[in-house]
Amino acid sequence: MAEFKHRNIIALRDLTREDIELLLATAENMREINSRDIKKVPTLRGKTIINLFYEASTRTRTSFEIAAKRLSADTVNISPSTSSATKGETLADTALNLLAMKPDIIVMRHAVSGAHYHLAQKVTCSVVNAGDGAHEHPSQGLLDLLTMKDKFGRLDGLKVAIVGDITHSRVARSDIQGLTKMGSHVFLAGPPTMMPPAVERLGSVTVCATMKEAIQDADVVMMLRIQQERQGKTLMPNAREYSRYFGLNPENLKLAKPDAMVMHPGPINRGVEMSSYVVNGSQSHVLKQVENGVAVRMAMLYHVCGGELE
Amino acid sequence: MTENQTVLLDESGIKRALTRISHEILERNKGVQDLVLIGIRSGGAFLAAELAKCIAVIEGDAVPVGAVDITLYRDDIKSHAPNLPVGKTEIGFSLQGKKVVLVDDVLFTGRTIRAAMDALMDHGRPECIQLAVLIDRGHRELPIRADFVGRNVPTSLKENVQVVFNEKNQPVEVVLEK
Repeated sequence: MAEFKHRNIIALRDLTREDIELLLATAENMREINSRDIKKVPTLRGKTIINLFYEASTRTRTSFEIAAKRLSADTVNISPSTSSATKGETLADTALNLLAMKPDIIVMRHAVSGAHYHLAQKVTCSVVNAGDGAHEHPSQGLLDLLTMKDKFGRLDGLKVAIVGDITHSRVARSDIQGLTKMGSHVFLAGPPTMMPPAVERLGSVTVCATMKEAIQDADVVMMLRIQQERQGKTLMPNAREYSRYFGLNPENLKLAKPDAMVMHPGPINRGVEMSSYVVNGSQSHVLKQVENGVAVRMAMLYHVCGGELE
Repeated sequence: MTENQTVLLDESGIKRALTRISHEILERNKGVQDLVLIGIRSGGAFLAAELAKCIAVIEGDAVPVGAVDITLYRDDIKSHAPNLPVGKTEIGFSLQGKKVVLVDDVLFTGRTIRAAMDALMDHGRPECIQLAVLIDRGHRELPIRADFVGRNVPTSLKENVQVVFNEKNQPVEVVLEK
């Protein structure tokens, strides 16, 4: 099997299909640890991991922290309110100060797209992206791939519809990168105001005029959150109108294949992008995604520790 | 087969060794009560399956078989070391109070066995752990000794001992490479 050569995981765009297959295979085997009584292996004993989160997060930060602890690494969490950024320190200065304390991995979430490439140039430890602006969210992309692979046993040839605010979604960008590399067919739908210009440059995706067209006969329907914190005020008239045209409900879900999976990266705005019937329904894999998140992040932390300088 | 290779055991030789080990395991443990076999991935897991077949023939009772992957318990995972793929640990039963026979193909430095014992302890507290290996090639770096040995083979550190398996994961021969 191939070796993992990367010291950082910043974007799925930077990884090959073989890298992604290795990460998914490792994650599948890491899951066994999470179902034991003693949920811990000594693999990263003595490693220090800093979770540097400049943006709010519950799921991702908790998941990265649990993943690190299950591999016996020591973790430190820094959140916006407790960091010196509020006192005016630059990212580069914060990074160099953290580096002086000899961490092995910095897991960062930042509002600026590409901030991690800047960070990776400044530090000698590994950098793992937990979400940067509207660029990528690789751990979410990988856990989405793993959840789909669990159900279908393959990713090749799947029809995946991604619906919603594509412009502001880092999840969509990581999903598109991962899915197209693994041979899935990606169909996008969303209001024209939320569809980025030159979207086809992200990979071989099909942009659909309506949501119906995208979810017709889909194996997977991936709904995205309306990123109100990143949008201006003029992108949609109101939540009710958005829901009417781009919300998933039991009616339009029937257009997809009978055993289609419904996924959402969370947090969900119930009644906006998905009705509660769908969120709680039998086709929803939302909590399975969260469960797989821990195993995927364990695989990422494990493999970057063995990666080489790029 | 090149001239640098010597066959230490052929298929029937391996079979006889596994049959004898099966008898010894049953004799030591007075039957299959509370007995479980855990093979170390990947060679040991295949051999554990073979031993379980032998024991079932001799005793008429099946013993539970599991597999342990020791990658996450290795003592040589360091920063920037070669990045090893992680295999699957499959132990579908509790080890609490069980007599565990750990199975590996070749016993060498003993470090793999140390890692495997740590892994087993994370699955519960067995009553005891015994060690069965097909080949003991010496050169221990830790105070570890096998309870059941197919063949003792004195080797030099430059040599390599390989148990060869066929596509059905059955052992076909043991080869010494110089």
